[in-house]
Amino acid sequence: MTDMTEDHFAALKDKEPAKEPRSQWQDVWSQFKKHKGAVFGGGFLLFITLFVIFGPWIWDVDPKKLDIRNKDVRPIWTALWNGDAKTLWYRPFGTDNLGRDLLANIIAGGRASMSVGWAAMILSLIIGTGVGVLSGYFRRMDFWLMRFTDLVLSLPILPLLLVAVVLFRQPLRSNFGPEMGMFILIVGVISVTSWMQTARIVRGEILALKEREFILAARSIGTSNAKIITRHLLPNVISPIMVSATLGLATAIITESALSFLGFGFPSDFPTWGKLLADAVPRMTEYPERVMLPGIAISLTVLGVNYLGDGLRDALDPRIRGR
Amino acid sequence: MLTFTIRRLILSVPTLLFISLVIFLLLQLAPGDPMAQVPLTVPPEIKEKMREALGLGQPIHIQYIKWLYQFFIVEPQVMIDWMTRDTFLFGWLPDTQFSMVYNADLDRMVTEQRVISWQWRGPVMDVVIQRLPQTLWVVGMAYVVGILISIPIGIYSAYRQYSVFDQAGTFITMIGFSVPPFFTGPLLGIIFAVQLGWFPLLYDTTHEVNNWDTFVTQLKQMVLPVMVLALQTTAQISRYMRASVLDNLNQDYVRTARSKGLSEAVVVMVHVLRNSMIPVITVIALGIPSIFGGAIITEVVFGVSGIGDMFIRALLSNDLPTVQTLAFIFAILIVMFNLLADVLYGVFDPRIRYD
Repeated sequence: MTDMTEDHFAALKDKEPAKEPRSQWQDVWSQFKKHKGAVFGGGFLLFITLFVIFGPWIWDVDPKKLDIRNKDVRPIWTALWNGDAKTLWYRPFGTDNLGRDLLANIIAGGRASMSVGWAAMILSLIIGTGVGVLSGYFRRMDFWLMRFTDLVLSLPILPLLLVAVVLFRQPLRSNFGPEMGMFILIVGVISVTSWMQTARIVRGEILALKEREFILAARSIGTSNAKIITRHLLPNVISPIMVSATLGLATAIITESALSFLGFGFPSDFPTWGKLLADAVPRMTEYPERVMLPGIAISLTVLGVNYLGDGLRDALDPRIRGR
Repeated sequence: MLTFTIRRLILSVPTLLFISLVIFLLLQLAPGDPMAQVPLTVPPEIKEKMREALGLGQPIHIQYIKWLYQFFIVEPQVMIDWMTRDTFLFGWLPDTQFSMVYNADLDRMVTEQRVISWQWRGPVMDVVIQRLPQTLWVVGMAYVVGILISIPIGIYSAYRQYSVFDQAGTFITMIGFSVPPFFTGPLLGIIFAVQLGWFPLLYDTTHEVNNWDTFVTQLKQMVLPVMVLALQTTAQISRYMRASVLDNLNQDYVRTARSKGLSEAVVVMVHVLRNSMIPVITVIALGIPSIFGGAIITEVVFGVSGIGDMFIRALLSNDLPTVQTLAFIFAILIVMFNLLADVLYGVFDPRIRYD
């Protein structure tokens, strides 16, 4: 009799040994790994970030040092097809028309571009998430915050960015120094004009989430609004925030370079990728590499970030994951 | 539908007023003084008169209302007068004199005060009208080319999902998203103008088309800026087109159409295409104003003297009325095309009901 019941229970048991339990982030990682472009993109972003952070220690040349004797040096690889070209082994990427080392300038420019990109992205995420959470969670603020978001969305962004830079350049420069002031200004204007998409996405997610049972349960045991938001809502909207973070990083890098390109960016002796590109354009017929190198740096970084975002979107979406 | 359109039109008035206020107040903070270039020998009281002539003496809210009046009342009146006087289309109508007011000092009719540029010393709108054709030619052509390229690409890469063509298309659109126009501009310039010598590097605005050869030259000089702008449009719209066609290919009506024996060409090009164009049309409408903004960079790169170039020049020379007016024109474009997109969506998709 007892044997019989044991058999019944045995039939209910799984034949294979149970798999190791896997956390959500392990699933995400294994899905992410399947997207080759995303792995390359993320890898390249990591590489370029480390390169611009540690580059000055590896390539120990001052980017601002003028070396007028060795001006207009071509990059070392031009020697392959043009033996007469002026190349120097200790100037592998060549120099510009004032003899400044191009590799050191690209590292320094990358530092500026990447730090502006990261800072503007983080700031716009904070604003966007804040507005999104407030308007999704508190019904009274919803109408006005969303109308405000729509209004900001219908502003002409690039013209207003240019106007804002022109207007606030002088006071900020005199208060924080030419470089720091410009950094604050550019990060500020980019993030103030790019938070709207994040706010809309976060609001949509919060609106759906706050009707779920676990929020009701949390509320019924007397959890305060602030705790509900930080403990229960924010961890659940982390994936759309991460996806819009990658998009934000890409747009911030491009916007900063565009401002520098148009001459509304950092002061003239402070290299950024956009400024290096803009400075090289007038003589691009003779020295195309000076346009190509910073341009490729911008493009590859943004391409990597975009692919990373693509992969993250797939990996963080539970409906796609595991297929 | 009509009530919805009217309601949206009415709602866009406060939006535009708010935007105009933002732009106006932002520019009030400008540190520049239009009298900075005036020689120091000019006495202060004359300077004060000159400032008043530029409309600077009055309090801010009066300046704001006057600017609005000039922008919304005087400029359209001038436009109508010009159309009934000088254009072929409306010239047969009797001459209107909406913008004329009687001036007692001169004892004749004069044009009302218009928005005057500090830089060109003439009405801003005249300069805009002069420059608008350049922008419209290049930008409009680029947009049309971009749409014409991207729609077939989107359809084919959705129809053969995950094929080599689709993968390549995805890669190229990613590049189109990632490579900024201020890099594609010089890059295409190096390749096609410097190395190959097919097209001129800079756009010549003064070029006049009057025979076949000049027409060919005009086409050649338009190729590079159009390519740069079209690359971005193509990237964006072909992505939307692909997603939209993919959505529709899995629908029941596609299976029905196939099962009643329609050919693949008819199923895809008639049934699927018409349905998947609905969201894409709104994306196209939404993209038009942002193309104007993005064209600023392309115009600077290729030296097209359109309104983007005008904006940069005005900003650099501290010409606030021009900056203000142009920024507001950009804003009007955005608001109007948003409205157009919403209305088009309702017109083309009978499932959408706004009431």
